[in-house]
Amino acid sequence: METTEQILSGGRSKSRLMRPGNIQPFLATLILPLLAVLYQIYVPNFYEQLGYLELPLLIMLYYSLSWRSQIAALFFGAAVGLMQDALSHYYVGLFGITKTLVGYFAASVSLRFDVENSAIRFILTFFFFTFHQFFYWVLVRALLGLGMAFEPAQMFIQAGLNSLVAMPLFIVLDKLNNRWR
Amino acid sequence: MELIFSRYRNLTVLLFILFSQLLLLAYQVRSNMQLRTLRVWAVTGVAPFARLLENGRSSVYSFFNDYFILLDVREENRRFKAETNRLKLENNFLKTELATADRARALIEFKGRSPSKTLAARIIATSTSAKTVVLVDRGMSDGVYKGMAVITGDGIIGKVIDSFPSASQVQLISDSLFGAGVVSQKNHVYGTLKGQGHNRCQVDRVQNEDKVEVGEMFFTTGEDRIFPKGLPVGRVVSVQTGPIFKSIEVVPTGLANGLEEILIVLEGVHQNIPMPTSTADQITILQPPPVTSGQDARSVPVGTPSNGILSTDADRLAERYLKKEQQSGVKFGTYGSQTPNFSTLPPLSTNPQQQQQQQVKPSLPPVRKPEPTPAPVPPPQ
Repeated sequence: METTEQILSGGRSKSRLMRPGNIQPFLATLILPLLAVLYQIYVPNFYEQLGYLELPLLIMLYYSLSWRSQIAALFFGAAVGLMQDALSHYYVGLFGITKTLVGYFAASVSLRFDVENSAIRFILTFFFFTFHQFFYWVLVRALLGLGMAFEPAQMFIQAGLNSLVAMPLFIVLDKLNNRWR
Repeated sequence: MELIFSRYRNLTVLLFILFSQLLLLAYQVRSNMQLRTLRVWAVTGVAPFARLLENGRSSVYSFFNDYFILLDVREENRRFKAETNRLKLENNFLKTELATADRARALIEFKGRSPSKTLAARIIATSTSAKTVVLVDRGMSDGVYKGMAVITGDGIIGKVIDSFPSASQVQLISDSLFGAGVVSQKNHVYGTLKGQGHNRCQVDRVQNEDKVEVGEMFFTTGEDRIFPKGLPVGRVVSVQTGPIFKSIEVVPTGLANGLEEILIVLEGVHQNIPMPTSTADQITILQPPPVTSGQDARSVPVGTPSNGILSTDADRLAERYLKKEQQSGVKFGTYGSQTPNFSTLPPLSTNPQQQQQQQVKPSLPPVRKPEPTPAPVPPPQ
């Protein structure tokens, strides 16, 4: 008989998911994405340049890489994506599908590579940001038929900037997790 | 079967989640319905935090400004800004009314009508998908509903695309899905305004044959049933001819001064499109040129009638006969009348206009004869 934790972690017993009785990491996984989405809708009002920082994706990516559980990551991605969709003016599901895939693939990669390394984290963040933006554009164009501009150069610059921001952010989140563990 | 599911459990869950979301999307696209409940929950959950953040930010900001730097000037400035916006709207309305041809009728109409009823709102957040959709702090509880126009004193800036209990989503004029009926000020050319995702908008569906000039203003037509007629939209910055339709770019006037305080039109009042006031647009006709010294009265044909209309030789001869008749007191051509003496026909008078022209001949300054230059004085020995 498998426990819930084992099911969420894909059968591996040495999961880094929340342990029973430790409520702080669980609260952090709820509050941090909320804060990230709040940041995304509030801060660009005053600093338009900061609107290119995709904080919900970075937070989701961090948890997907650190949990190393495909199912947990894809559910987490779907939840964050749907929350973003609910606050957008497009149909609900576009961010959901994109982030579900990102979460699943990120967790898959984390099973094979050492994702604690900063260089690998940088490369992965760059790759997944690009994948996220491109796949979202494909969905908007192909499924909804809406005209949305696609600028590869701008996307790569944004991917670089987001990866740079991800480095210190991941370190801070690592420290928080280690303290609460 | 069970073995396959347990072996590929992760992949199966992934496919299930993806398929569910695809079904959700398909349902929304097919029924053209948004998942309202989910959105209401999300916005209702986020709006208080956003409002709290905004209040905190503005409190801290105003604290430093009001008490340390400018004391109460900021509050006064905000009040003046709101007052200016209101006065601009009122001014626009009054200008339009006064431009109506029948002033009395305009005044009667003005008494019977009141300007649009509006509600001031503040932007508290933007959309996660695009920066051209914003969240404002007024919702259904304030009487704001989907489809209402959003303006400032300078022009239109968007429309309400969704209304929630405590907040509303406003699609800005720059959004690529935005559209509104517009008409040009000078030649009343109708078109459709479309956002382009940046600060300039495009006016579509204007035939190449229609005349639109750079610098011209576009106004709302009121036909879209969202914006009242006669609100300023934007100024044309470029006009290019396309295969069928012109490519016209306008800069929205409503977005020119930033978006802090906005007005939601609760009850719109249509206005007339104001007439262009530029002096460059008025038609002017020059006075006839004065007769120069090289010309004389002979430049106008002899016998041109006093009304200035050129006549034929026969007309001029008939006029001379009539004068002779008046002088001799007989009617030529009647029974018993004498044969006129053609050698004594009176000469034709010149056109009085010519005489007038000669009188207004520009008086050139008299030509001064060059004075003889004095001989150089020899230097003293």
